[in-house]
Amino acid sequence: MSDTPNIRFRSATEETPTARWVLIGLAFAGLGILVFAPLIAVFVEALADGVTASLKSLASPDARDAIRLTLTIAAIAVPLNAAFGIAAAWFITKFDFTGKAFLITLIDLPFSVSPVVAGLCIVLMFGANSALGGWLVAQGYPIVFALPGIILATMFVTFPFVARELIPVMIEQGRAEEEAALTLGASGWRTFWTVTLPNIRWALLYGVLLCNARAMGEFGAVAVVSGKIRGQTATMPTTIEMLYQEYLSVAAFSLAAVLALLALLTLLLKTALEIRHADQLAATHRH
Amino acid sequence: MHIEIDEISKQFGTTAALHPVSLSLPSGALVALLGPSGSGKTTLLRILGGLEFPTSGRVLFDGQDATGLSVQERRAGFVFQSYALFRHMTVFDNIAYGLNARPRASRPTRAEIARRVTKLLELIQLPDIGARYPSQLSGGQRQRVALARALAIEPRMLLLDEPFGALDAKVRKELRQGLRDIHDTTGLTTVFVTHDQDEAMELADLVVVMSGSSSGGRIEQIGKPQDIRARPATPFVRDFISA
Repeated sequence: MSDTPNIRFRSATEETPTARWVLIGLAFAGLGILVFAPLIAVFVEALADGVTASLKSLASPDARDAIRLTLTIAAIAVPLNAAFGIAAAWFITKFDFTGKAFLITLIDLPFSVSPVVAGLCIVLMFGANSALGGWLVAQGYPIVFALPGIILATMFVTFPFVARELIPVMIEQGRAEEEAALTLGASGWRTFWTVTLPNIRWALLYGVLLCNARAMGEFGAVAVVSGKIRGQTATMPTTIEMLYQEYLSVAAFSLAAVLALLALLTLLLKTALEIRHADQLAATHRH
Repeated sequence: MHIEIDEISKQFGTTAALHPVSLSLPSGALVALLGPSGSGKTTLLRILGGLEFPTSGRVLFDGQDATGLSVQERRAGFVFQSYALFRHMTVFDNIAYGLNARPRASRPTRAEIARRVTKLLELIQLPDIGARYPSQLSGGQRQRVALARALAIEPRMLLLDEPFGALDAKVRKELRQGLRDIHDTTGLTTVFVTHDQDEAMELADLVVVMSGSSSGGRIEQIGKPQDIRARPATPFVRDFISA
């Protein structure tokens, strides 16, 4: 009776050990080549002439202006897009109306339109040669080659991030909790703050972080709209490109490293928040 | 509170949900809206609660026209089909929600809110679950919390949409009695929607049998359970209650 063969049962969805290691290995190799190696290369290049040279290049007025401008843009564009994204997602998921599918497509438009084209559209709309742009310049409010144009371009490119994160979550959650709040006497405003917003906060945070990362990194649309005037309209990505074209590789990669660090910081922030609020995350079925 | 439904109809776009229906619900009655899906029973309940507005007709509460009253002004305790508990709040905060939502002038003090929530938790016989989140409760517990949350606003009526729909047979039986007890204690006019004729016949004082058609849901018969059983008014009712 003891000679039953020693069979290990495997669940239907489990792969053989070999297949598992090959798949895991491929995933790591892909990540290594596509993500980690370039990231490391940026830091290696940035520090090629030592830490002091790198820091010195970052302390130059042009680099400092670029960093300040990029942070300003993100500080303005991201909250606005968060507000618009919430409004769009709310409207799409809590109301029934004709043309809903069209509206969703419209929200996705910035994903499918090349950023350069988006930038050109803004130049055509608000450039000094257009009627509207000419009038605005005459009033002393130039849009193109100035901060408003850069913010418009950034907002266009990053518009879908928040709404895209929110719509599926809000569809899944349905309208019942909001309706319950209303029957309990809450106003629409109170319902939004006490029921809707807490329910979507993780999706919102995720969308905002993605939006922020993209806003700081946007190159194409901003390059067209900004005119890349050093010290005035040159953002971090456009400055990096200009420095690189001028063979100032330490300066270019140092600034690139700062940009990469900002992105990593956003990711760390997200992870830290997720770990800290793991119990609530589990309660709201959101990862 | 006496509820009068006067020639209410409802269209959703081009689809008719309710053919004009009229209905008088005596104060303190426990009423079942019974019918298959598509008979407009949930629509009628939502119209009573102010979550939908009728295309035509009037709703009267104690003789007063309430058709235009907003959902907040209705003060209807509404229990949703999947309970719609606020998932990010504890049971205590769920039940206290309606009291906290009151304007400052009429809002009870914190101590008073805590006292009322504790009392409601005792009423639903779950005194110890205030600190839990909805995801940590069983289906039957959720239903009772939803009931307590609806009762916390001191509603003028109690409206329940398929209150036992998501529960297994044993829990269903227990909670039927629970609802009956709460109705008898509070004396509130209570309307619940169901497609289960046993549930309607066993629990309700008054059963409203509804049927659906392309011209919208309509009322087939209104009566006491034993009268409907003894004398079905239409072939539809006879088929439906013998099914």
